[in-house]
Amino acid sequence: MIRRKFLKAGGALVVGFNLRDTLVAQEQPVRGTKPGPPDAKQVDTWLAIHADNTATVYIGFAELGQGASTALLQIAAEELDLDMSQLKTVRLDTNVTPNQGGTYSSASINRGGPQVRTAAAEARLALLKLASAKLNAPVEGLVVSKGVVSGTGNPKDSVTYGELVGDKPFNVTFTGTAPVKPTTEYKIVGTKFPRNDTPAKVSAQYTYMQYVRVPGMLHGRVVRPRGQRMYGAGAKIVSVDEASIRAIPGARVVRKGDFLGVVAENEWDAIRAAQQLKVVWETPPALPGNAGLYEHMRAAKTEENIVLERGSVATGFGGAAHTVSQTCLGPYQAHAPFGPNCAVADVQADSALVMCSTQDVYGTRNSLSRLLGMPAEKIRVQYYEGSGTYGHSCYDDVAQAAVLLSQLAGKPVRLQFMRWDEHGWDNYGPGHLGEVRAAADANGKIVAYEYQGWQHGWINTETSAQLTGVPPSEWPGAGTGVQGVNRLTCGGMYDIPNLRLVNHKLPVTSYLKAGWLRSPLDLSFAFASEQAIDQLAHLLEHDPYEFRQRNMTDMRWLGVLNAAAQAAKWTPRKAAASLSKANIVTGRGIGLGTHLTSYGGAVAEIEVNKETGRVVAKHLYGAIDAGQVVNPGFVESQIMGQMVQTASRMFKEEVKFDQTGVTSLDWASYPILRFDECPEVTAVVVQRLDQRSTGAGEECMAAAAAAIANAFFDATGVRMKEFPMTPARVLAALRGGKAA
Amino acid sequence: MQIRVNERSWTVHAAPDTPLLYVLMNELQLQGPRFGCGLAQCGSCSVLVNGVETRSCVTPVSAVENRSVTTLEGLPAWYATQKKLAKAPALHPVQQAMIDEQAVQCGYCFNGMIIKSSELLSKTPRPTEAQIRTAMNGHLCRCGTYPRIMRAIQRASVAMAGGAA
Repeated sequence: MIRRKFLKAGGALVVGFNLRDTLVAQEQPVRGTKPGPPDAKQVDTWLAIHADNTATVYIGFAELGQGASTALLQIAAEELDLDMSQLKTVRLDTNVTPNQGGTYSSASINRGGPQVRTAAAEARLALLKLASAKLNAPVEGLVVSKGVVSGTGNPKDSVTYGELVGDKPFNVTFTGTAPVKPTTEYKIVGTKFPRNDTPAKVSAQYTYMQYVRVPGMLHGRVVRPRGQRMYGAGAKIVSVDEASIRAIPGARVVRKGDFLGVVAENEWDAIRAAQQLKVVWETPPALPGNAGLYEHMRAAKTEENIVLERGSVATGFGGAAHTVSQTCLGPYQAHAPFGPNCAVADVQADSALVMCSTQDVYGTRNSLSRLLGMPAEKIRVQYYEGSGTYGHSCYDDVAQAAVLLSQLAGKPVRLQFMRWDEHGWDNYGPGHLGEVRAAADANGKIVAYEYQGWQHGWINTETSAQLTGVPPSEWPGAGTGVQGVNRLTCGGMYDIPNLRLVNHKLPVTSYLKAGWLRSPLDLSFAFASEQAIDQLAHLLEHDPYEFRQRNMTDMRWLGVLNAAAQAAKWTPRKAAASLSKANIVTGRGIGLGTHLTSYGGAVAEIEVNKETGRVVAKHLYGAIDAGQVVNPGFVESQIMGQMVQTASRMFKEEVKFDQTGVTSLDWASYPILRFDECPEVTAVVVQRLDQRSTGAGEECMAAAAAAIANAFFDATGVRMKEFPMTPARVLAALRGGKAA
Repeated sequence: MQIRVNERSWTVHAAPDTPLLYVLMNELQLQGPRFGCGLAQCGSCSVLVNGVETRSCVTPVSAVENRSVTTLEGLPAWYATQKKLAKAPALHPVQQAMIDEQAVQCGYCFNGMIIKSSELLSKTPRPTEAQIRTAMNGHLCRCGTYPRIMRAIQRASVAMAGGAA
């Protein structure tokens, strides 16, 4: 007799059933009742097959608008021989989904793809073994279509996945031997399957984090100075006048150390109270201000380290026929998610439920554990998509703040940051000072290259934790997590015999709080590096595309260079060879660069108004080689986003701050690109099904930044050394002539 | 106070100076309009008030007392009324076009994008690219989806004129 246990799980009945030994059925833990992460070596962790021959795939990567949730299902569908319509996935939840690490560094497909593929292949193998027994046919002879397994000899004799294990656990540990499908047999991977979240997102059916509500909750807001001060100095409270919000019914002040907030039953009351609460803050130590930033960086006592050294740059430069140099001054830039981050927290005496938009539910659980002094397994973190974040925006900070407000108020609290909180207390992409020298011989071969970069580290401790008084010695990894000079973007695509890359690491204090912003620092690196390469081409009177080609042998770098050039119908000529006296001039440029994986190439066509200083990108061509591209449509979409966002960052975006603190607090004081200046975009996916999938969410921004800078030279004969290329800076550069 | 939203009358309890956005989100529990800046700078909170795109984050609820508010949820029905259709379609043609063009990334700005482009097409059925850029210029997108939004608006324009979408 088969003993079955019916267990309730999220409204659905799950049947406890032992696959390998049906006579000794075991009770299975119900999903969601136990703190994770579940065992990554168990098929059940990743997949459930339902009686109706559909399946649920449990994925540890967050949908951030990049299409990861659809693309990872494509991988699972391919391996399982299921239709996309037969698959669904679930919300990330520390009690449910596996720990695949955070959704950053464009890792969803790069790292997550192989994990999901392996799990699906293991599941398929287990299913085929069952089918083999049922159909009395060898595993090797079975074929699967849409989850229906049949023997090749007798197609009518078939069984579905649902009939084999419907809603029962596999209880199968990974064998490590499950074969994966050869790429030549792919039917779903490599196709432009449409996004599964789009219909809900265009019809108000999608539950963004900002719409999550729980019974009995209060609305909260944080109270901080408008605009962060010097990192490490915090925001010290001198006094709080609670009487100043007495007129607002139900609003009250909560405080822990310098962490200050208000809660109220009504959201508008919470907003008004946060704005009206009178607080006296200590005068913070003086910042350099964005006007004095680069001088301050250059004068700072830094820690040097060599990222990469090859040959002898002294010898290389010594014997070279042509030497050029190029400076890059790159500003702090903000993530500035379009909808400020939001979280709902319900902190009880011995447990906590937190709903937020973290890119790493398990990482957030750990940081909340430290903050609350509560064991991690007592905390459940669930992911709800907010608006796009492009890196480490305030999603963890808002989760911490919501948890603190809930703990202090003794009720569940929903907190959404105000626009000035998000803009003003971001973990900005750090400022950068870069100096590059490059040299070529008389034949046009690059013989020496040196990049020296000044930047400070990322700061991984959130503002909320710091304000509560967590001592600096406990700020984990403060300043250590930095993307140093990038060996791929800085000369890595060229065959250069003598090369040196040097980091000048700045101390983290006396600057702003920094974090990873989409393609961290690469726009700055490529802006300097690829302009230097262009300068060499110009000195040698070479076409910049051909000059690059002659200095490269890596087929994949050449592939994206050629793809971008071909898309733009590039015709060879020397840059700035036909300068016009007209007020409005046009130029085109080419550039290469990437982040940590993949290959990016770009061509930019821009228009410069020499009278007003306004620069507009008219057409950007971006090419990415990310190995095997699971969904080319998504990568085209990502390239489009990268091109438009790069134009925004090159022409518009700069975090302004004075001696007291940040003054870029909204879309007026931190402008971004709008429809009127949006370029046409041509996206090219260089598909390589036989290569490992690598990232595609941030890998051609550097190339585009470089192409824009080089196009400016082509149009005007002047090199820019600082971005964003605002009208004031452009006019100054044009007036200063070639040395600008 | 009574307000009319998506052709239905609602009794609301908020103070009259409360911005309409918070009434729509918290009292009516709608999931179209959403907070982006609270400063009328970005367009994520947009609704139609008597057919005119309006920033609900800075509009006091009392200001819409005798007017008709349409949110993303009510857009297909609003379109049906405009076009004198017997029955509301499942989606406004602009919504369908956003799907067809796969324009969405995070999608947070698309409430405002769809509301604004519906207003544009109701006044200017066959807009030029320049007219689209001008009309949409007050709506921001951080993901960089502008090129596909422009294509989707043109696609919807063709569909609304009875052409193939």
